[in-house]
Amino acid sequence: MAADKVDPIHQFQIHPLIPIHIGGYDVSFTNSSLFMVVTIVLASAFLYMSTAGRALIPGRLQSVSEMAYEFVGNMLRDAAGKQGMQFFPLVFSLFMFVLVANLIGLFPYFFTVTSHIIVTFTLAILVIGTVVAYGFAKHGFGFLKLFVPHGVPALLLPLVVAIEVISFVSRPVSLSVRLFANMLAGHITLKVFSGFVVSLSAFGALGVAGSVLPLAMAVALTALELLVAFLQAYVFAVLTCMYLNDALHPSH
Amino acid sequence: MFVTSAFAQETAPAAAEGDTHAGTAMPAAEHEAFPPFDAKTFPSQILWLVITFGLFYLFLKRVVMPRLGAIIDVRIDRITQDLDHAARLKGEADAAVAAYEQELAEAKANANKIGQQANDAAKADAESTRKKLEAELEKKLGEAEASIASIKAKAMKEVGTIAEDTTSAIVEALVGGKTDKSEIAAAVKSASR
Repeated sequence: MAADKVDPIHQFQIHPLIPIHIGGYDVSFTNSSLFMVVTIVLASAFLYMSTAGRALIPGRLQSVSEMAYEFVGNMLRDAAGKQGMQFFPLVFSLFMFVLVANLIGLFPYFFTVTSHIIVTFTLAILVIGTVVAYGFAKHGFGFLKLFVPHGVPALLLPLVVAIEVISFVSRPVSLSVRLFANMLAGHITLKVFSGFVVSLSAFGALGVAGSVLPLAMAVALTALELLVAFLQAYVFAVLTCMYLNDALHPSH
Repeated sequence: MFVTSAFAQETAPAAAEGDTHAGTAMPAAEHEAFPPFDAKTFPSQILWLVITFGLFYLFLKRVVMPRLGAIIDVRIDRITQDLDHAARLKGEADAAVAAYEQELAEAKANANKIGQQANDAAKADAESTRKKLEAELEKKLGEAEASIASIKAKAMKEVGTIAEDTTSAIVEALVGGKTDKSEIAAAVKSASR
């Protein structure tokens, strides 16, 4: 049992809260599902209630909502131009979802939704799926020009096209793994250092004195994780914007 | 019987213990896979992610984003409106200042002109008055000179009569008798020459 307490992987375990089985698949409402619900409820409630006043001169909370809105809006406009604004709801919800999920995960005993590869991968597939679907719907086979850059000698073309295709296919992988790995590694590190505090303080006065070091480390790591939580949400949104730009303007 | 029951009692906790061990060991074996890579949880996570994210997307798209967009648009409208208003007021103020300055310049020019005119008029007036006075004085001086001359002539004439009277009196006193007036007059005349 004692070993379980400092097991850094334990926090990522998924256990069903309401078992549901449909067609042989286990689609139980789990702790992961619970925190997805918490994430969207919290994010929606914040955005909804902070803007309820529709104040001309915003208060603090309304300012936060407006800042997030304009931040993502400017990001998308810079990356994909005015045409890209049709994807604003998608990018904004992705950013808010990832950000709030990351931030909620920082609380002790809370589950981090984005620390599971399948969650981040599903979001990445949603992005790439949107890019591919919109690209083909808008440009037809012209979308394939994405893989044929201008001004490349004919001799090198097969090689370049192969590289472009591989880079495109690896996008959802890199997009999802980046977020997942950051959250996973950060939470494992936090747990390990916090575990040191607990196990060191079990060795009497000297241990308690010694546990100050890992405690300071855990505090510093928490600050770092706060930064990472925001940064990864930002990176996810920025890359989404860039990929959407490819769907809008495939011929570079 | 006793032995068997005791054995049974002894084995029961052992069996239970074995069961709990198995119970704790079994999940451990199940979770041997690293939780994030445990494919058994994938369907549930994908389904619930699709449900929650779908709802979140719809809520943001339908409710939150139009509201935020409207708030920001209204503010931008208001700011441009206020800036326009301010620019218009500034233009009005500038125009008022320009009009005032022009009026001031006109008034100054008018005042200068009026002053000049008054000055000129006063000068001309003084000049004419002086000339009139001078002419009057000249006339009075001439009259006075004429009267002096006439008085002088009269006096001179009377001087002759006085001399004749005095002469006749002296002659009467010295010589006695009557004197001829015309003789005396001729004598006085020749003496006074």
